[in-house]
Amino acid sequence: MAFPSVGLGPPIAKRLSPLDVQIEANRCLSCYDAPCIRACPTSIDVPRFIGRIATGDLLGSAQTIMDANPVGASCARVCPTSQLCEGACVYNADENPIRIGDLQRYATDWAIRENVRLFEPGPPTGKRVAVIGAGPAGLAAARELARLGHAVTIFERDEAAGGLDTYGIVPFRLPAEIALWEAEQVRALGVEIRTGVAVGETISAESVLAEYDAVVIAVGMGNVPRLGIEGEDAAGVWDALDFIRIAKMGGDVGVLGDNVAIIGGGNTAIDAATCSRRLGVRSVTMYYRRGAERMTAYDFEIEFAQVEGVEFRTYVLPKRIVVRDGRVAGLEVISTDPAGTARPLIGTERVVAADTVILAIGQTRHTALLDAFGVTHDINGIALVDEQMRTNRPNVFAAGDCMFTPGGVDAMVVEAAQRGKIAAYSADASLRAEVR
Amino acid sequence: MADLSIDLAGIRSPNPFWLASAPPTNSGYQVMRAFAAGWGGAVWKTLALEPIVNVTSRFGGLNAGALRMVGMNNIELITDRPLDENLREIAECKAAYPDRAIVVSLMTECTQASWHELIRRCEEVKLDGFELNFGCPHGMSERGQGAAVGQDPELIEMVTRWAKEAAHVPVIVKLTPNVTDVRYAARAAAKGGADAISLINTINSLIGVDLDTWLPIPHVDGKSSHGGYCGPAVKPIALNMVGACAKDDQVGIPISGIGGISDWRDAVEFMLMGSTSVQVCTAVMHHGFRIVGDMIDGLNNYLDARGVKSVRELVGKTVPRFVDWNDLNLDYKIVARIDPETCIRCNKCYIACEDAAHQCIDRPADPKLAPVVDEEHCVGCNLCQMVCPVVDCIEMVRVDAGETVHTWREKLTSVPS
Repeated sequence: MAFPSVGLGPPIAKRLSPLDVQIEANRCLSCYDAPCIRACPTSIDVPRFIGRIATGDLLGSAQTIMDANPVGASCARVCPTSQLCEGACVYNADENPIRIGDLQRYATDWAIRENVRLFEPGPPTGKRVAVIGAGPAGLAAARELARLGHAVTIFERDEAAGGLDTYGIVPFRLPAEIALWEAEQVRALGVEIRTGVAVGETISAESVLAEYDAVVIAVGMGNVPRLGIEGEDAAGVWDALDFIRIAKMGGDVGVLGDNVAIIGGGNTAIDAATCSRRLGVRSVTMYYRRGAERMTAYDFEIEFAQVEGVEFRTYVLPKRIVVRDGRVAGLEVISTDPAGTARPLIGTERVVAADTVILAIGQTRHTALLDAFGVTHDINGIALVDEQMRTNRPNVFAAGDCMFTPGGVDAMVVEAAQRGKIAAYSADASLRAEVR
Repeated sequence: MADLSIDLAGIRSPNPFWLASAPPTNSGYQVMRAFAAGWGGAVWKTLALEPIVNVTSRFGGLNAGALRMVGMNNIELITDRPLDENLREIAECKAAYPDRAIVVSLMTECTQASWHELIRRCEEVKLDGFELNFGCPHGMSERGQGAAVGQDPELIEMVTRWAKEAAHVPVIVKLTPNVTDVRYAARAAAKGGADAISLINTINSLIGVDLDTWLPIPHVDGKSSHGGYCGPAVKPIALNMVGACAKDDQVGIPISGIGGISDWRDAVEFMLMGSTSVQVCTAVMHHGFRIVGDMIDGLNNYLDARGVKSVRELVGKTVPRFVDWNDLNLDYKIVARIDPETCIRCNKCYIACEDAAHQCIDRPADPKLAPVVDEEHCVGCNLCQMVCPVVDCIEMVRVDAGETVHTWREKLTSVPS
């Protein structure tokens, strides 16, 4: 499907020049049992893919990356590499690690540009597997299942595949075309991606269970929850994910005004803030209830937002949205305990300028869908799985954000991809055991 | 400030750094620039009675990873400019820089008359010496010149004698490495009366094949021929040959060392192995004449730091240590020790020892800890130290008592016949 190509300004990542690539690829020591591999949740063989760049085997390099990580092109742009592969690079002793993320982008960019086919489907097993959700975890699971020979159908609620990579990350960090290319790679293996189909609404969980030999639930999470404060229904109050989605697709977000207030301290809050700036908003301020060190956004994201002109107010809670004529006219905030408990300090209330308020305080859970599949979950709606991504139901697996702990370090694209792979291998093992 | 001046068989220069006979010494313009930069001498690109015709293209480079030109080869021949023009420029250079050594490289057909005429004409201008080009391995060798002479000790001796008959300045014979044992060539030069030898000339080579076109590199309208290989990658070959000549009693004449010399460190090594002067080409082709400033300062600082008064004191100092394998002490034992403080945990040493040496480096279960050498089984091969990217992280430590010396030669001679 055609997807609007909206960049909202220049991309963040600096493209390596051919000279940079040559120097950087050759600088890699090719460590044995390399710490960068150990630091990658999908265990990409980093020295191998870099060595292949150095010898000009870009196909082999892209295969090495994408073999380990079915969404390796997206990860080359969104991974917190300083906490993962680059953070583990032995050159960190000199604080000059190999630019692994940039090299990974170079190799995957080549694969995208050349439109090469990287993998083939496995010999057919005759087994059918349903994957619910075409985000990173779902695509990873489907890709591996197809390579193992299973007939895979992905059910995707949205019009396009890719999940948050396609819709939820600002285009100047991750253009939609990258995630869509990754989905195409999966589709090319014979995986049917049925978009616009919401399991539990368009079709029932029962019919999926009846029709398929195994199911991988990779539905991610839902919208941003409500704050539960006065004025939340006024025009000009946004769910950050809706806001980013419309902006990324080139849609009309309407009048934002001179002052945008962002509520939250995660990467989505940062994305909403930088997106607002690039849409031309004069003053964008992030309000976070604890200290900056507690923000779940990556340090490099926070630094980027600062460079983009976003302001930060910490130890502040939103108390009320001031509404005039049905529209946001200000934001009443209250300071919180400097000890970081987020307890409001009575008497510190004041109204700050806000014409638009964007909420990015987490995401709701698809609890009803888990219930429909009979999958047990905890009180927060997090699917309960074992290390092999098995749920309580036989041949039903779960991977990705739907089984991650909120705010945890595992809520990364790369981690979702790895859990998707594990779910696929578990499903495969289970289906093959049945055959015997 | 150490004394850097040298005297090679009567050819004097203010420092031991000479430009080798090669593209950088093709013209007076270049040699003037070189002398202005500080080069102590220049061996003029090989002259002949009649200029030859060169081809396009001429050079090929060997890269190692991101390092450019660790080796290079060429199919360029000797000077393609008229003799008179070269001689006029030689005279101008000598007049402008009388303290520098100008040695003129020569090549001509293998007749006494031809060699006598070439030398007579060259001596019409002031110069400090001749270098007989018996080394050029490509092109000219197909005409019975260059390496075609240098590969035949009888021809070397004969032509050297002809040159000495005519010349009034010292004669250096430049040797080709494209022989089984270079000492035979060196001895022949000495026997013919040469005042010195210079080595090595370039090594027979094909630098590469183009993966897209399948043509050899460099190619001339789709074809190539073997060229002469030089640059940093040939240094070990040159150093061995220089050392072999330096320790050979039947050679016994001074040496001008050539082969991959790129900085003052290389120069010191060649001098310790018996070179009085050193000649440089590829490093200049890579970086320009200005590198000589670093070579002069580096050499001077090195000599001063060691309290060495004159660079001449270096010449040949390591030669007595360059012996036959049979004379090495079989009792000597060193082992590797890894410094866990500076180790960066790349495990290069581990995998090198495991796959390619003696399986005597152990990795602790915790990857945060440094590998450890099993000293009992370490054979002291140095491989781990060589692959280690951290300077001085792996030290080779002597562990034998140092009291006994046993050699293979002893074993050979002690066996009753």
